[in-house]
Amino acid sequence: MKMNGAEILMECMVREGVDTIFGYPGGAIMPVHDAMLKYPVHHILTRHEQGAAHAADGYARASGKVGVAVATSGPGATNLVTGIATAIMDSVPIVCITGQVAAHLIGGDAFQEVDVTGITLPITKHNYLITSADEIAQVVREAFHIARSGRPGPVLIDICKNAQLEEIEFEYPEGEFSLPGYHPPDHAPMEGLKKAIELIEAAERPVILAGHGVQMSGAMEELKMFATKTNTPVAMTLLGLGAIPASDPLSLGMMGMHGEAYANEAIQESDLLLAFGMRFDDRVTGLLSTYAPKAKKIHIEIDATEVHKNVTVDVPLMGDLKTVLSDLIPMLDEYDHEKWMTQIGEWKAETKERSIMSWHDDGKLYTAHAIRALWNATEGDSLVVTGVGQHQMWAAQYYEFEKPYKLLTSGGAGTMGYGIPAALGAWFADKESDVWLIDGDGSFQMTQAELSTLMQEGASVKIALMNNSFLGMVRQWQEFFFDKRYAATPISGPDFVKLAEAHGIPARRVTKPEEAMDAIKFAQETPGPVLIEFQVEMEEAVYPMVPAGAPLNEMLRRPIRK
Amino acid sequence: MENTIVALVEDKPGVLNRVASLFRRRNFNIKSLNVGRTETENVSRMTIVVDSEGVDARKVEANLYKLVNVIDVQDVTNQPAVHRDLALVKVSAKPEQRGEVASLASIFRGKIVDVAPDSVIVEITGTEDKIESLIELLRPLGILEMVRTGNVAMMRGDMSGKRYAPSQQ
Ligand SMILES: Cc1ncc(C[n+]2csc(CCOP(=O)(O)OP(=O)(O)O)c2C)c(N)n1
Repeated sequence: MKMNGAEILMECMVREGVDTIFGYPGGAIMPVHDAMLKYPVHHILTRHEQGAAHAADGYARASGKVGVAVATSGPGATNLVTGIATAIMDSVPIVCITGQVAAHLIGGDAFQEVDVTGITLPITKHNYLITSADEIAQVVREAFHIARSGRPGPVLIDICKNAQLEEIEFEYPEGEFSLPGYHPPDHAPMEGLKKAIELIEAAERPVILAGHGVQMSGAMEELKMFATKTNTPVAMTLLGLGAIPASDPLSLGMMGMHGEAYANEAIQESDLLLAFGMRFDDRVTGLLSTYAPKAKKIHIEIDATEVHKNVTVDVPLMGDLKTVLSDLIPMLDEYDHEKWMTQIGEWKAETKERSIMSWHDDGKLYTAHAIRALWNATEGDSLVVTGVGQHQMWAAQYYEFEKPYKLLTSGGAGTMGYGIPAALGAWFADKESDVWLIDGDGSFQMTQAELSTLMQEGASVKIALMNNSFLGMVRQWQEFFFDKRYAATPISGPDFVKLAEAHGIPARRVTKPEEAMDAIKFAQETPGPVLIEFQVEMEEAVYPMVPAGAPLNEMLRRPIRK
Repeated sequence: MENTIVALVEDKPGVLNRVASLFRRRNFNIKSLNVGRTETENVSRMTIVVDSEGVDARKVEANLYKLVNVIDVQDVTNQPAVHRDLALVKVSAKPEQRGEVASLASIFRGKIVDVAPDSVIVEITGTEDKIESLIELLRPLGILEMVRTGNVAMMRGDMSGKRYAPSQQ
């Protein structure tokens, strides 16, 4: 059949399972938007291409499918960059399609020509430049395969305008394709498994470090079996939250800079760390030279470049986490580690005393309380999307995640502005699901233009905006490390309630703790998007905190208050 | 310290850029890099000499291997391999000095491949050490220009270098 390149692109994407596309039109991508009309796909017009990339990311994280973002050449393509960098840091499978000037114009600085494959080279898992229509089918198949397999990540396809318009005789290439240099590992060798078993047998104070890889690989059940059989506590990274239920007795909650003190203590005292699909980011290790000094380390990881990168390990097991754990579990003996669990129990009790949750009501509205109210109202079962900052850490700490795939947050990149567009994308992954965005007033204002998109699409995203009139996390660092010199962190905003209402989004303002529940109920009962602005305490700090560059167990702790 | 790494890569536009970008991004230092065709169509071969002072060469190999267009990575450092570098050295030489240059070159099995009134070009092939030695001897005469291909390497017989495999970290 005769088809043009844009139609071939759409045909191939639909065959990859694409039915939702986030994008923005422009000269160099017009044929693609035109071809979309002939296919059963829903195109969501975001208000900025960054929003399209984050929405594709949110869609991918929530659905487990590949998210797709489409943009025109030049500024359209460069606007995707932050979203792509966010996706690669968190291993999120997205495919970005960008228009490019006609092939014969490349290199000539034509109107809206930007070298987007060059720009995105270090922030994509792989990228492609297509100059003729006959390349499209092969590239699309490879791109989706690369994006979703192995350690997932963003792939970008830059398509010249002439290739989009060129008409060729087209037949879908069924069958295998060859990527001679791409072989993600699956099983780890037996030799390594045996060494791991030896270390596990010898361990008295083991800790599992569960990262994003647990959920990416779908290894929640295997993790649970492993932890239960060996009675090993599980600390999670920010993106690992939900790997095992927060209420599980073996859960140590989050580790790292704002992790639970007992999780960090346990890691520092451990004699065996079992790192499952995590990458020893500086936010979870603290000062590397003092990190878990007594521990042997086993690292199960799909990306070989992560092994020995930050922390040299004793037994690396390269492979898919679910597969490797399935191979390992039958080889395990049972252990109780009773003394170790008792010790951890003592650390836990000490933490309870310091928790903001044990404070008596002092009439002030704290973000932690608002999040807790949200947790109660949603029975801890909502999908939670966040911005970046204090509110993000409080969401991680106080919205106790019982299930996987329920927290969407920019971890590795820490991209403010991720919230609204990612929540939009997440809602499209499952329109019946309950999606709450917990955002900060700074983060919110970075991509607030996407409120229009929420409204245009009727996307039922409930927004809990934690307004502290500060870029709170930076303010906190200024408080602790810059003698309270609040440079460039006080931030004003519009009247957020009016702003929402101007978009046709119902909104409420909460200033006292006792108003929180009502407002949340209002949001739950009102169909479509709703915004609740919580005017929270301006100068509250996230505890515990491991100062950047300090050892993991040297935490600033919340002062005990009766 | 340096390591010599041989990478087979798909012969596609931009692959050299991907490799170079990777070295820059991960802060690896390239001492020399040579790219050329191989016995197989659509496959190019890179010989990369990396500065492995302070960087674990395995990290370099793992990162190279991760590139989608890289098919095979071998470390041939301290392996039974033939290493060759080729240099063209333009030496300042009046007619009466040509004999001296020619005899120096011939000690190293180099040869004069171009003669001009005031200079000659010496071609020499060999290990990097051997080339360095000749260059040192030619230097007092005045080196006007020099170009080197950078090291290329090939394992002897049917041996292979330490082939990178993710499972053997
Ligand atoms: C795009 C971007 N710019 C700057 C930063 C640095 N930064 C990290 S947290 C933060 C403050 C966030 O403020 P807000 O969204 O209001 O959240 P809060 O910390 O007050 O909860 C800033 C500026 C960032 N992470 N991302």
